[in-house]
Amino acid sequence: MWFEQVLFFVAAIGALGGALGVVILRNPFYSVLALVAHLVALAMLFLLLHAEFIAAGQVVVYAGAVMVLYVFVVAYIGGSDEPLRPEGGAISTFGPLFAAAIAIELCIAMLGTGLEAVDSKGADIGAGFGSPAAIGELLLRKFLVAFEAASFLLLIAAVGAVVLARRRRGLEEVA
Amino acid sequence: MDIAWYLVLSAFIFCIGAAGVLTRRNPLVILLCLELMLNAGNLALVAFSRMHGGEAGQVFALIVMVIAACEVVIGLGIIVAMHRNRLPIDVDEMSELRG
Repeated sequence: MWFEQVLFFVAAIGALGGALGVVILRNPFYSVLALVAHLVALAMLFLLLHAEFIAAGQVVVYAGAVMVLYVFVVAYIGGSDEPLRPEGGAISTFGPLFAAAIAIELCIAMLGTGLEAVDSKGADIGAGFGSPAAIGELLLRKFLVAFEAASFLLLIAAVGAVVLARRRRGLEEVA
Repeated sequence: MDIAWYLVLSAFIFCIGAAGVLTRRNPLVILLCLELMLNAGNLALVAFSRMHGGEAGQVFALIVMVIAACEVVIGLGIIVAMHRNRLPIDVDEMSELRG
């Protein structure tokens, strides 16, 4: 299946390029746009893994709604270019070193694992794998408590955001 | 494609996100890099779900997306509050959360 491999490498290069763009670009607005590209590439990888519902949710909720929130906040704050560190501080030199150390460690853990199934294409799956029906059935039967806890957490986060970002003074003082 | 390819890719994305959290100073970009790390975890979860042939990992990834949305909402709320109080949008100069 050369088609699947080509698709994987295109999506992987897109995901890695988007991730690098988020970190390297100086303007926060361009970082947000790079993250949108990264999320779309990641949705393609989810499709290759037969996770159709997750891929659709990724594009609609993440790349659609959450990124719009980011763009609004960047526009509100006025995304200015971050000035480079005047003196090459310890963090700016050691940060990438630590990240490289984590990368090497994780690759050793992934490739040296005793799980034989890692070197296969995965288990045999039926036709409905990853469909909204299968996910919904699991979510509302086996993982009902997690589903309800997540909805409650979303409510708390929404109320918390309103409390955090509200104006501190009353309306009459502003006028 | 073998599952190992997806796992190595997720490891690389996670490390790029970690490098961003360690080196960047704008809290907006730090939140974006946290998203990168959560997405790398999602990719690994979905890859393992494909490996075992069960959808539980995909449900887990869905819950992680909800957690990421909550984190974004609270983080952006704090950044907007910092902007309202005319504090510098820089994590080096913001070392306390006392309102």
